[in-house]
Amino acid sequence: MGYLAGQYDVIVIGAGHAGCESALAAARMGCETLLLTINLDMVAFMPCNPSIGGPAKGHVVREIDALGGEMGRNIDKTFIQMRMLNTGKGPAVHALRAQADKVDYQYEMKKTIEETPRLTLRQGMAEELIVEDGKCVGIITKTGAEYRSRTVVVTTGTYLRGKIIMGELMYESGPNNQQPSVKLAASLKEHGLELVRFKTGTPPRVHKDTIDFSKTEIQPGDEKPKFFSHETESSNNEQLPCWLTYTSEDTHKIINSNLHRAPMFSGAIEGTGPRYCPSIEDKIVRFADKPKHQIFLEPEGKNTSEYYVQGLSTSMPEDVQLGIVRSVPGLEKAEIMRNGYAIEYDAVVPTQLWPSLETKVIDGLFTAGQINGTSGYEEAAGQGVIAGINAARKVQGKEPIIIGRAEGYIGVMIDDLVTKGTNDPYRLLTSRAEYRLLLRHDNADMRLTPTGYEIGLISEERYNKFLRKKELVELDIERLRGIKVKPDEVNEMLTAAGTAAMTNGTDALSLLRRPEVTYAMLETVVPSVPEMTEEMKEQVEIQIKYEGYIEKQLVQVARLNKMEKKRIPDDIDYSDVHSLASEAKQKLALIRPLSIGQASRIAGVTPADISILLVYLEHYNRVTAARGS
Amino acid sequence: MVHDTIAAISTAVGEGGIAIIRISGPDAIEGIAQIFRSKISLKDADTHTLHYGHIVDPKTGDDVEEVLVTLMRGPRSFTAEDVVEINAHGGVIAVKKVLDVVLQQDGFRTAEPGEFTKRAFLNGRIDLMQAEAVIDLIRSKSDRAFSVARKQSEGVLSKRIKALRQTVIELLAHIEVNIDYPEHDVEEMTNLFIRDQCDSAIDEIDRLLKTANEGKILREGIVTAIVGRPNVGKSSLMNVLTQENKAIVTDIPGTTRDVIEQFVALNGIPLRLLDTAGIRETSDVVERIGVERSRNALEEADLILFVLNYNEPLQDDDIELLKQLKDRPVIAIVNKTDLPRQLEIEVVEEAIPADSIVRMSVLEEDGLDRLERTISEMFFEGQLESNDLTYVSNVRHISLLKRARQSLVDAIEASDAGIPIDLIQIDARSAWESLGEILGDEAGDSLIDQIFSQFCLGK
Repeated sequence: MGYLAGQYDVIVIGAGHAGCESALAAARMGCETLLLTINLDMVAFMPCNPSIGGPAKGHVVREIDALGGEMGRNIDKTFIQMRMLNTGKGPAVHALRAQADKVDYQYEMKKTIEETPRLTLRQGMAEELIVEDGKCVGIITKTGAEYRSRTVVVTTGTYLRGKIIMGELMYESGPNNQQPSVKLAASLKEHGLELVRFKTGTPPRVHKDTIDFSKTEIQPGDEKPKFFSHETESSNNEQLPCWLTYTSEDTHKIINSNLHRAPMFSGAIEGTGPRYCPSIEDKIVRFADKPKHQIFLEPEGKNTSEYYVQGLSTSMPEDVQLGIVRSVPGLEKAEIMRNGYAIEYDAVVPTQLWPSLETKVIDGLFTAGQINGTSGYEEAAGQGVIAGINAARKVQGKEPIIIGRAEGYIGVMIDDLVTKGTNDPYRLLTSRAEYRLLLRHDNADMRLTPTGYEIGLISEERYNKFLRKKELVELDIERLRGIKVKPDEVNEMLTAAGTAAMTNGTDALSLLRRPEVTYAMLETVVPSVPEMTEEMKEQVEIQIKYEGYIEKQLVQVARLNKMEKKRIPDDIDYSDVHSLASEAKQKLALIRPLSIGQASRIAGVTPADISILLVYLEHYNRVTAARGS
Repeated sequence: MVHDTIAAISTAVGEGGIAIIRISGPDAIEGIAQIFRSKISLKDADTHTLHYGHIVDPKTGDDVEEVLVTLMRGPRSFTAEDVVEINAHGGVIAVKKVLDVVLQQDGFRTAEPGEFTKRAFLNGRIDLMQAEAVIDLIRSKSDRAFSVARKQSEGVLSKRIKALRQTVIELLAHIEVNIDYPEHDVEEMTNLFIRDQCDSAIDEIDRLLKTANEGKILREGIVTAIVGRPNVGKSSLMNVLTQENKAIVTDIPGTTRDVIEQFVALNGIPLRLLDTAGIRETSDVVERIGVERSRNALEEADLILFVLNYNEPLQDDDIELLKQLKDRPVIAIVNKTDLPRQLEIEVVEEAIPADSIVRMSVLEEDGLDRLERTISEMFFEGQLESNDLTYVSNVRHISLLKRARQSLVDAIEASDAGIPIDLIQIDARSAWESLGEILGDEAGDSLIDQIFSQFCLGK
């Protein structure tokens, strides 16, 4: 019954947040691309919280945008609330977070995909990989369509052998009662990929008209919203508030008296859940001393009455869920519109991947998103854009793009996954980054636009704009260094700002170093050139104010880069490296790190092993060189 | 890695012999020039030259040790990097002191096992045939270091370092949760909280560093100088302490002409006694050398026992000594209390605190117990329980503890200056990492684990 349905450069399986980015990147880079999804109405669907961004995650969205990805632009079009978080803290951890109109978000993304040249969006369930001579060259769908391609990107999210669990009830399903993808898992296994079982969950949704908002606290958006995309300049989106309430004593009582019905504790769930998003029953058991937990009520869109109950993720049976919801102040009369549930799914052990996100066992096969053991839309999209880029570059015979740990959170995440693996769904946190001060929200464009331009995802026009911004920032720093200010010019301002007055003149730059002095204050004395935008001024201020700390991290990065540049040849036989500890031999042979830097991050590889490896490589290189000459 | 400057004692450490501290790396010359006082600055010196001078503690400005320094500029050196070798004499304590000062320099760290050889190889100074030998060297040295480290990590010290790390990681987790979960109802990070946690960690580090001194003292003895005018009973005191007639004891002033070292255990407190020639201006050449040496001994001593004669009025020499000994760790021993008093004890009490004055009759061996108690008070706050103390003995550990301490001090200062918490975290984190290096732990995922076990987070 099979038939040849088409020939592509890149096939992407799954049109969630990873799949959309992969397909768009590949098509925009010039590849004929097929994007397959089980249900066309589920493109860029948000099965859980209606929000995008926050610390680390928001940073990733900015990075995706700098690389020419879509998530930033799409949320800027469809947000119903925008908030900058952590504004009281340092610039590196300022983080933008948006509430999305879920339906609009899907609709806009689908539209963009439909309008992209060389990109075919098709409903269909991929069930089998076509692998020839160790190379993945296409897929076969449930309906027998055989699509051929040069590379394949698998982004199955929670669909792969998905199973929904709610109390005693358990059934095979993808997220939100979608059809699961069952046979593809067997095909992946058959071709040598090791799979693990992970779990995640979502809270119930309630009807807006049944919420008593008077018992909650309002959480409005920012008056002057900022945007994720460096391209978005303004927006007329109306903003909706979120609402804060708390669990009550009753909530805890209801949960404690129904623990025997919780699949978490009854043993029904075999998958490993994320530490980062425990269910409410899990939280109450593990933190029994905590008298109450926060609950945020978040609108799912402008044109719907559904409210997402953040903080009540649960896999309790339906009747218990209703009791839990109604025990929360403000929700006493709430009607549940959708139940919360836990979902188990198959994921690939991510140490089977190269840092390019290509699998080591099957040439031309890439994986991205939740299938790689992560959780979160942003994490998925960040991997998606990289997998799409590298799948396209492989088709074009180019070297893969690898984002370094000092270049972006995307780099931190992928390096963590492929080097260390993960025992539970991986969530990005700013604390995972060693060089947090360099990986700021504000400088994502500075870090990654040149890469985006190089791979062809950033337009000439946008790149020139970027170069001009960079130049103006540098010029302005030099300008401030050159300007001398006299005490009588600034002392009034300084005293007003609560910092010490000056007795001698100094340059404007030194003045800006003071924690209390802002760029805006300085401008009243030494105005900047008209072309300077707020964004540029922010860059100048941050670069000057935190110069000392930034310098320190740059020194560390220089050290890191030295190690990253020491490449390990692919044909190295670790069993041949005399004196390497046996644990190190095993781990190195499994991970096959590309550089000494990556090798040194593998758990179980000691500094002594790295020293030995360095000496061995030197030996190896000298011998190879001698043979060559 | 290759950018660091590394230092280590490169000779077997033995009492009294000459020890060499080898330093290699880009900052070797610059760094040592900062702490080496000599006729010409090392920075200007030619390669392959030897220089006489003193290692100076940059913090206090004090001389640490008289040394000879060899300078070899790269690539004509063992490692092909800039190499400085410090030749120090004077035994374990002095060499460790020098290494301690060296390691405080920016960009300096202790060499890993076999690292000089490794660098020599990587920089092409050792030929290919020897690669395996180099690898074996690294392996065997690391294994040895590891087995020592493991022994220590099973001990009390490692428990205390772990507890210390826990304090720091709780602070870190608290900062991180404030950053990564800004809307969560966890306690906001305050200056006060940072201060409390850092202070308590600093206190513990100080306690550990103090044991470093106590440990040194127990291993090597308190270097004790006995001083006083001739014939007040110094040698008799020494003989009582040692129960041996090592020094020549006569009643002719000036008969002890040399410094004699003697180890004694005074109720479990080991003293390394330096008997000294009587301090007195003298014209006798032989004796003058002895007096000169005594003055040096006085400088080096951890403890000075200043002997006075109860039976004689204070003399000019006594008063001169009293002046010299001001602010030094001194115990005044008022000897010959079996004879009638002639000494103006009030004058002594003005210069030396009353609880550091011990009345004795050395001849009748009366008052030894009081002397023991006073020394114990002075060095161990009276709580000497020799089997129960945790000792930080390793120079590497001491330098890492000091580094961690400095990071914590930086964190407090940054917090006081109103620096945002995510920058303070950088200091706190490096403190945590320095402590981790002592244990050889991997930093790894444990911060993330801590965050999620300490705080209840979720969707």
